[in-house]
Amino acid sequence: MTARTHMPLGQEAIAAKGWLGAHKYLLLRRASQLFFLVLFLLGPWFGIWIVQGTLAGSLTLGLLPLTDPFVFLQSLIAGHWPELTGAIGAAIVLVAYALIGGRVYCSWVCPINPVTDSAHWLHRKLGLQKGWQPKRGTRLWIMVTVLIVSGLTGAIAWELVNPITMLHRGLIFGMGFVWAMVAAIFLFDLLVSRHGWCGHVCPVGAFYGLIGSKAMLRVSAANRSACDDCMDCYAVCPENHVISPALKGKDTPLILSPDCTNCGRCIDICAEDVFKFTHRFDALTVAPPESTAAPQPRASRPF
Amino acid sequence: MSRVGTPLSPQRRRFLQDSARAAGGCVAAGSLLAWLARDARALPAEALRPPGALPEKDFLSACIRCGLCVRECPYDTLKLAELGVDAVATGTPYFTAREVPCEMCDDIPCVAACPTGALDPGLDNIDDAKMGVAVLVDQENCLNFLGLRCDVCYRVCPVIDEAITLETEHNARSGSHAIFIPTVHADHCTGCGVCEKSCVLPEAAIKVLPIRLARGSSADHYLKGWEEKEAKGAPVVEGIIDLPDRLPGPGTDNLVAPGGFEPSFKLPEVTQ
Ligand code: SF4
Ligand code: SF4
Ligand code: SF4
Ligand code: SF4
Ligand code: SF4
Repeated sequence: MTARTHMPLGQEAIAAKGWLGAHKYLLLRRASQLFFLVLFLLGPWFGIWIVQGTLAGSLTLGLLPLTDPFVFLQSLIAGHWPELTGAIGAAIVLVAYALIGGRVYCSWVCPINPVTDSAHWLHRKLGLQKGWQPKRGTRLWIMVTVLIVSGLTGAIAWELVNPITMLHRGLIFGMGFVWAMVAAIFLFDLLVSRHGWCGHVCPVGAFYGLIGSKAMLRVSAANRSACDDCMDCYAVCPENHVISPALKGKDTPLILSPDCTNCGRCIDICAEDVFKFTHRFDALTVAPPESTAAPQPRASRPF
Repeated sequence: MSRVGTPLSPQRRRFLQDSARAAGGCVAAGSLLAWLARDARALPAEALRPPGALPEKDFLSACIRCGLCVRECPYDTLKLAELGVDAVATGTPYFTAREVPCEMCDDIPCVAACPTGALDPGLDNIDDAKMGVAVLVDQENCLNFLGLRCDVCYRVCPVIDEAITLETEHNARSGSHAIFIPTVHADHCTGCGVCEKSCVLPEAAIKVLPIRLARGSSADHYLKGWEEKEAKGAPVVEGIIDLPDRLPGPGTDNLVAPGGFEPSFKLPEVTQ
């Protein structure tokens, strides 16, 4: 650890790349989340019916069916064999995320993500304690439990509590008391458990992580030799245990953990441009600079 | 070397403890979820599922709560249950007859839109739908039962004269008129709710109820003799002796008939 770790988060990146450059993927992600939400809202709000339905199941341009594969799987286990339309929709979504990156759903589509992201932001600003940190595998256990309960009760179990589809449906069809659910998640992440919901509990994220474990889109610490240990990437990453093997390890610089949500915050926040988006077969690292000594602090950095 | 009697290594102990904790947590969370799932099955009586909906238990395994059926309904009949507002399993489609009934579209767009088969695509004729059954629940307030000619529920029924008919009966109050009793025939009633919606009373006297509430059932072994006889074209039991019926007339214990006598058995006197 150096004095640099005590500097305000992201200050170096902003100094090096400008504010926009240091928030590029964050802004793109918010734009993407908004885009997917607005697609669904154009119909009910403005009568422009490009997409009908919700994230659980939708029909685009009256042609393309999409079904959430986790909901679909629960339905299967609950004992219902869905019609072809639903099955095709689930297959399309499954293949798409398996190819691109499972938890791309989390960072780029899921409407709960901005909620937990803001909770994390505030958590950092207030300098709160980590709080309750359940084991890594917890969400997988919850996922399995949800599937077993679906089988035992013959109902799509997680949809009874799933805040993602509830919030999405709430915005499109009518909120009811969903805001209380969203507030609860915000407070849980803020006061009870840092990164609690998306990092430890949500079985949907766990499911997408699993299906995307061999996916193409990866973040690579290709330029890891330039890392000056400022630790900013660890501070912003919602799943920061995924960073070390790539950044500090000796093998592949690719972040291969299925937990990585491909949010790109590490790329944004790094003043040294250590990280980049690439595909899973690109294991190249940038050759270390001539002098293998630790990089010198830059002149622009205000100590 | 035998491991019997050697204490568990710390790692192993920790692993077992963690596993036990995880399993315990899962059972607790799972039970809670299972309880919610059971709870979700309690559909309020006034909430009707769209045409072709599977039986409630199967419906909850099939409906992904996408709302595509809601979007396709041209009359805005259907809505998705809102969390904490409607007592229906959250996010599932339903309608309330008295608010907006189902207009029984010929092409059943709601069923066509359902991607999962939660609304059974086997339903190709809307007249076969079974969303519920109308029941004339309040005979004391129904205008027709009072001897008036309201008839509204009868006239608006999309399956008029099959699902609902007017059965005449003598009006004992006036002594000289008929009562036209709106009578629902469950075999043909689709449960669309148009009658309930249209009932002129401030609170409908005819209501669509879920079939489980609206209908009784006869025991399996219960045969209707007259139906059996008609099907067979002959008495059900061959060679049965048909005893003469006791008709009022002379020689019977019927005081009203001329020549009748007092019955041998006397009811005990009632004393105040
Ligand atoms: S973990 Fe769950 S709630 Fe969080 S972003 Fe992913 S899918 Fe959404
Ligand atoms: S049959 Fe027509 S009116 Fe009835 S629920 Fe379906 S779409 Fe709506
Ligand atoms: S279209 Fe089918 S799956 Fe979707 S909400 Fe309606 S009944 Fe449920
Ligand atoms: S619910 Fe009423 S209007 Fe609809 S079919 Fe039955 S009797 Fe007719
Ligand atoms: S509309 Fe209502 S009051 Fe009129 S006959 Fe039907 S049930 Fe009776």
